Amino acid sequence: MFSNINLQQLIFGRLTLEAIPYHEPILILTFLGVAVGGAALLGALTYYKWWGYLWNEWFTSIDHKKIGIMYCVLALVMLVRGFSDALLMRSQQALAFNGSEGYLPPHHYDQVFTAHGVIMIFFMAMPFVTGLMNFVVPLQIGARDVAFPFLNNFSFWMTVAGAMTVMLSLFVGEFARTGWTNFAPLSESSYSPGVGVDYYIWSLQIAGIGTLLSGVNLIATIVKMRAPGMSFMKMPIFTWTALCTNVLIVAAFPILTAVLALLSLDRYLGFNFFTNDLGGNPMMYVNLLWIWGHPEVYILILPLFGVFSEVTSTFCGKRLFGYASMIYATVVITILAYLVWLHHFFTMGNGASVNSFFGITTMIISIPTGAKIFNWLFTMYKGRIRFELPMMWTVAFMITFVIGGMTGVLLAVPPADFQLHNSLFLVAHFHNVIIGGTFFGIMAGVAYWWPKAFGFKLDVYWGKWSFWLWVSGFYFAFMPLYVLGLMGVTRRLNHFDDPSLRIWFVIAAFGALLVAGGIGTFFYQIYVSIRERDVLADVTGDPWDGRTLEWSTSSPPPSYNFAFTPMVHDLDAWTDMKKRGYVRPLNGYQPIHMPKSTPAGIILSGLSLAFGFAMIWYIWWLAALSFVAIVVYTIAHTFNYNRDFYISAEEVTRTEEQRSRMLGLTKV
Amino acid sequence: MRLLRFLGLLPLFALLGGCDYVILNPSGDVALQERNLILASTGLMLLIILPVIAATALFAWRYRASNTKAAYAPDWNHSTQLEVLIWTAPLLIIIALGALTWISTHTLDPFRPVGRIDAKRAVPTGTKPLVIDAVSLDWKWLFIYPEQGIATVNAVAAPVDQPIEFHITSGTVMNTLFIPALAGQIYAMAGMETKLAAVMNKEGTFDGFSGMYSGAGFSDMKFKFESLQPEAFAAWVENAKHADMKLDAAKYEELSKPSEKVRPQFYATVQPDLFNKILNMCVDANKMCEDQMMAIDATGGVAGEKGAENREKLIYDGAKLSEGNEAPGATFPASGRAPNTLKTAPQGIEPSGMATQSNEGGVQKDDVQGRGKPHMDGMPMDDGKANPAPAQINPH
Repeated sequence: MFSNINLQQLIFGRLTLEAIPYHEPILILTFLGVAVGGAALLGALTYYKWWGYLWNEWFTSIDHKKIGIMYCVLALVMLVRGFSDALLMRSQQALAFNGSEGYLPPHHYDQVFTAHGVIMIFFMAMPFVTGLMNFVVPLQIGARDVAFPFLNNFSFWMTVAGAMTVMLSLFVGEFARTGWTNFAPLSESSYSPGVGVDYYIWSLQIAGIGTLLSGVNLIATIVKMRAPGMSFMKMPIFTWTALCTNVLIVAAFPILTAVLALLSLDRYLGFNFFTNDLGGNPMMYVNLLWIWGHPEVYILILPLFGVFSEVTSTFCGKRLFGYASMIYATVVITILAYLVWLHHFFTMGNGASVNSFFGITTMIISIPTGAKIFNWLFTMYKGRIRFELPMMWTVAFMITFVIGGMTGVLLAVPPADFQLHNSLFLVAHFHNVIIGGTFFGIMAGVAYWWPKAFGFKLDVYWGKWSFWLWVSGFYFAFMPLYVLGLMGVTRRLNHFDDPSLRIWFVIAAFGALLVAGGIGTFFYQIYVSIRERDVLADVTGDPWDGRTLEWSTSSPPPSYNFAFTPMVHDLDAWTDMKKRGYVRPLNGYQPIHMPKSTPAGIILSGLSLAFGFAMIWYIWWLAALSFVAIVVYTIAHTFNYNRDFYISAEEVTRTEEQRSRMLGLTKV
Repeated sequence: MRLLRFLGLLPLFALLGGCDYVILNPSGDVALQERNLILASTGLMLLIILPVIAATALFAWRYRASNTKAAYAPDWNHSTQLEVLIWTAPLLIIIALGALTWISTHTLDPFRPVGRIDAKRAVPTGTKPLVIDAVSLDWKWLFIYPEQGIATVNAVAAPVDQPIEFHITSGTVMNTLFIPALAGQIYAMAGMETKLAAVMNKEGTFDGFSGMYSGAGFSDMKFKFESLQPEAFAAWVENAKHADMKLDAAKYEELSKPSEKVRPQFYATVQPDLFNKILNMCVDANKMCEDQMMAIDATGGVAGEKGAENREKLIYDGAKLSEGNEAPGATFPASGRAPNTLKTAPQGIEPSGMATQSNEGGVQKDDVQGRGKPHMDGMPMDDGKANPAPAQINPH
């Protein structure tokens, strides 16, 4: 049968037809769905001749605003995938009682919970956060783009390549069955010899390059490109949190890259960093992973703290209470984020003093976090709170997040953690802070900056539906998990014996359905908003009576953001300008120096995807070829000197005059 | 908003229900102290959490835009007194909680022998704890009673009010030994030994399992912990001593192969140094023990051919693969076998009644992984007999 096995292996590595899961009905249906949907989408793009537009205006664009929006689109697509996994898990656990094994055998179920974690963290939350920062930060600091515009495009496409690698594992081979933290020695080739862990490694390595470079880019942007007069203590609070976040990214992601590289050496070349035998130390993997993993938690929440600060201040019509202490709190959290990683494994046999140390440092983080909550609270105090969608998400966040914070501090008490580690209580806790903090923040941010990005507001009616379904769905889905955790039920179980537990899983599954409604109505809200964009239009560029510079320009902003670089005299620069009777200059425009679009990012990303795929399937010729191509193309790209152009003064004048006309209309 | 708060209280309502909240209502003194700690910490934190939630709701209502009667101070953004308050109030609570943490983490250190039997009784001086060696395997627990000279699989018992000391390791990947009613969990890791000191104060049968995901059969990696009166425990031991099977190195090798849903089994005798051999990954006589290697390394190690020879003898993880036993997670392409689905997973994996006890191997062979399916070529049948002693160790 395999007489030509050598030739076959030479060409396809370990990839054979067997790798296509045609025996898994669920996957076949999924594939059909994706294939039909994809074909319809491609057909529509071709029919309406949108390819050129997409390629020229979006894919090759190095405009930070478009890249930010593309990050958010990627995050939304991956949200659907990650949430499908969540629905599968919730229904499996609600069904698998009384001797029933449910409908997902461990082989499949274990991939689902691993993929859910990986996708939600790396390909949903991270792109959303990066997308918001990308879009907002340059506008907030009065810059025309980020410091390294091409790098920004490249970072985005590397993230896409990572996401595509994960998606490929659905239809070609399998994904890791190790849990999202991929602990050794289970992730070693002796215990997980398939391609699953390799998919995990290469998707994160490829996306990690993008994340790291985007971190470098935003730090450089914030440090070097602020408008004149904007000292650090006059910087908008979201930009501050973005700065701290990117410092965390730059300091933490290399650790993940290193630990995955070491694991690859183990798996590909027979090294023994994390094996049980030959001097390997699996605990080292756990330590290294969480030295990245804990800062990652703050990477995911700090920017949203910034969003909540902006939203609270804007919708309360008030300066942020305790701006300085807010910044100190952010910086303290940034530093402490590196001193708490061990609380993820108190139960691994550390000495009592070590455990106490990390438990107490963890609790100390709750002090600046608590201070932030109080600052928002006192910003609301004596404010005029307009309950627009962003503010609704903020209030829901404040109430939800303190519950999650409390259970978090509880888990930081080592002896309590001995009982709650690995339990559904823990699962409930981190969903409480990641949904109640990060995701609610993302929704607040999207609703808040949507009019800036597109020139019209989001529809409020469907937004409220989405809000209430999400919030109530969250409580229905995760409060039962707290309860189950207190009953001693642990995570990642495929089926259960005790029928009395079932009701809680059913309630949780119901909550997941409510959340599904929340996601569905969110998409419908976007559809309705686009349909009604003329009614919802905002021509002022400042629909919320905003306080920071992004609201001083038009919506959507012109590609150069600001015709004149603004001068900053105070915190809340735009409020200050409005108060002092700022008059928009109407002449004297200069040509503006801008970077040119380039397809280099998408090409390098495609090559990286090929390289990752080749490494996963041991297709060595393709790996070598694509690697050489990456290096050659990267070097060749550095010789491209045709990378900038000037927007002529006339064009700037035309654009600005059009805005004047629109503003004039509103005055009538 | 009110709906939100109501939902937030759901767990409290649930507490009134009749379910088995083992974490909140444990039966062992260590778990009880851990429970008390959970309640005390929660109480301390509620001191600040509840006012914050209440204030959020209150301010959100009071200062809504439509309420034009409420005060409005658009430029008010600083108050030193308030700032001091919002930093010190959480700080004070964390100081209290930190002190509680430091003390309780030391008293409840699982490596430290228990100091008391329960809140009222101290451990009488001279009491020796009951030692139980626990080994996590794919996917079952092996318990060895060194003093009693017996061993069990997926069954463990101890006398009530008797301090227990688990010595824990793993023959495979990481797991955690978790008996929630008795005490919190601790990791089982190959080549390393962790300890868990505890005492059970009530008679009864309690759930035990692995809390840490460890592969396909993990969901059924559970056992019952029986807390018995001393006489009943003695009878339990005696009963085990009359079991048919004896646990020696060969039997252990067989036992350590992946299997799922394993029924409780008893071994009348145990090879005396077995736990130590498991810990040092050298149950197989052809292997070198880790402690031996460490001793060699401590004296400077050996180089050259001899060193390479030693290295071969230290290979543990990969050995299972080269012996023809698939790794627990192996499917396509590592094994050439497609991932199992409901169709291929044998439904009859539950052994019938006590049949297992008399079963020679004592381990279920038709595991859910579907290993050793007849149509597989090049793969030796995994029937425990056709598998000769590992003449050839992983050659890489």
